[in-house]
Amino acid sequence: MAAIDIAGVSTVYPNGVRAVDDLDLAVADGELFALLGPSGCGKTTLLRTIAGLEQASAGTVGIGALDVTRLPPGDRRVAMVFQDYALFPHMTVAENIAYPLRVRRASKAAQRDAAERMSGDLSLTGLLDRRPGQLSGGQQQRTALARAVAADADVLLLDEPLSNLDARLRLEARTFLKRLQRELALTTVFVTHDQAEALALADRIAVMDAGRIRQLGTPREVFQRPADMFVANFIGSTPMNLLPGTVVDGQVEFAGTRLPASGVPGEVTVGIRPEYLRIAPDGVLSGRVSIVENLGVTSLVTLDCGVPVGVVVPEHEEPAVGDELRVSPAPGRVLLYGEDGRLR
Amino acid sequence: MPERRTWAVAFVAPALVLIGVFLVFPALWTLYIGITDYQLTGPTAINPRVVGVTNFVSALDDALFTNSVWLTAVFVLGSAVIGQNVLGFTLAWLLRRVRPWLRRTVEGFVLLAWILPGPVVAYLWFAVLSRDGGTLGTLVGSNTAWLVEYPMASLVVFNIWRGTAFSMLLYTSALAAVPPSHLETARLVGASGWQTVRDVVFPHIRGHVLTNTLLISLWTANDFTPFLLTAGGPNHESEVLPVLIYRRALESGQLGYASAISLLLLIGNLVIALVYLRLLRRRA
Repeated sequence: MAAIDIAGVSTVYPNGVRAVDDLDLAVADGELFALLGPSGCGKTTLLRTIAGLEQASAGTVGIGALDVTRLPPGDRRVAMVFQDYALFPHMTVAENIAYPLRVRRASKAAQRDAAERMSGDLSLTGLLDRRPGQLSGGQQQRTALARAVAADADVLLLDEPLSNLDARLRLEARTFLKRLQRELALTTVFVTHDQAEALALADRIAVMDAGRIRQLGTPREVFQRPADMFVANFIGSTPMNLLPGTVVDGQVEFAGTRLPASGVPGEVTVGIRPEYLRIAPDGVLSGRVSIVENLGVTSLVTLDCGVPVGVVVPEHEEPAVGDELRVSPAPGRVLLYGEDGRLR
Repeated sequence: MPERRTWAVAFVAPALVLIGVFLVFPALWTLYIGITDYQLTGPTAINPRVVGVTNFVSALDDALFTNSVWLTAVFVLGSAVIGQNVLGFTLAWLLRRVRPWLRRTVEGFVLLAWILPGPVVAYLWFAVLSRDGGTLGTLVGSNTAWLVEYPMASLVVFNIWRGTAFSMLLYTSALAAVPPSHLETARLVGASGWQTVRDVVFPHIRGHVLTNTLLISLWTANDFTPFLLTAGGPNHESEVLPVLIYRRALESGQLGYASAISLLLLIGNLVIALVYLRLLRRRA
């Protein structure tokens, strides 16, 4: 059990690419933490730097009370599950799970014991004598998790833990992973490019771009109040409405309407999530329905208000294409972004 | 479709003719003269008589043949199975993560030994190992006649030097096929270098190891370059089978007897190949 403390870390590859750029981050003991971002944002490099698979060019990495910046991976008390699980194909499930113990020259009995204990915890009972090739994707993932947990590390690192599973299995594995992490109370950092996965799993999320953290917060904070337009664009399964507007006389003008707003006058971008707009007879925004996309229990309706505005409406309120519709934002859910793209 | 078959045969025919003339015919011819008393000169050079298995029986009874078999086994085990294999793998493993220029330089030098023609490297080593002003003797300050006093050891070292490039290149490409995440998993649990090789690398490249060992074993068993260095001497101390065959055929003129030994070498090679293939097929 240990917290992770990253201070001023940069990781520069030999070809000069600065994958992680002067980054500070503190992960609390027992926390389930997500590094989220588009591909190439440096999230995997940061994870590998914590693991010691990449050497930090500057800054320090601390795990628990220990400064591990110069320690080799094997001395850091971290365990990692790779995207491809990295199960050894020539070993049985039991041998794979017990491999960390075998490296430490534990007795055969202790190895078998650990494998059996882990297989119980991770629903792998009865599979111990199979080879990885004879397992389903979900079983392979749990075997890799079991091996990582068997290493008895202070920190668990997961690289895209769910991306190799098919959509249905992914939801199951997500719930499973969250429950397992709660039970073990093991400090866990995982990398993902899937914002829904990060929102659903993590206690806190760091949204990364170009080697830096754009926003750090709980899923709720990151979803409700994205710190800048990059995060606003990235988070949410339906894209946030980002509408050009102007602040004058304590009001913001956009999409043919006005709302009260504080702050200095000037050009702004008004951000409203489609989920935070609802149909109201006295709604401030009005427009003609141009597209209706069915999302299951809700529909994404595109209103033509001079600029297109997306609205998520419940199934019983679904309008027809061509209808005139008035909508209002939920109180406190209208965000204003300045010309620098930061939240005002 | 008879027409397509005709075309197919026509396309394959040139290759088959070449193989027939240069491989199959000599092999059958060797088999034939191995059961005759064919000589290079004299009456039996004109009228060889079929003598059956006499040549084979006398080979197995010949102390010099037994000596050659033993020396060949030492040569193959020492220089190929152990020497080239271990050194080639070690180089490939160590050169994985060094700077590209260093890797290319080492690979270049190792390859040089492999691509130079046999007579050239033989002359080179003659100069290195010579008693009078030889490079090695000068370096260590002794006037040992290495090729005379330690003929087999010299041949083993020479053949390791000469053939390691192949193993190194083969293992370099084999190592590139080991998934990085497997190596990193081993690093994360704190596996030592040896544990990583044993548990992660070797199971992945097992097929490569067997193929490589098979090839270099056969090449080394058939290698004639030892003749250029020691000519089998002194006193048959380095007379590996190909050298024995050559000396029996062309120095003693006993073509029939030499052919019989060739066939025995061929059978030996076949047995080695079958053992390797069996091991290869047994992979999990």
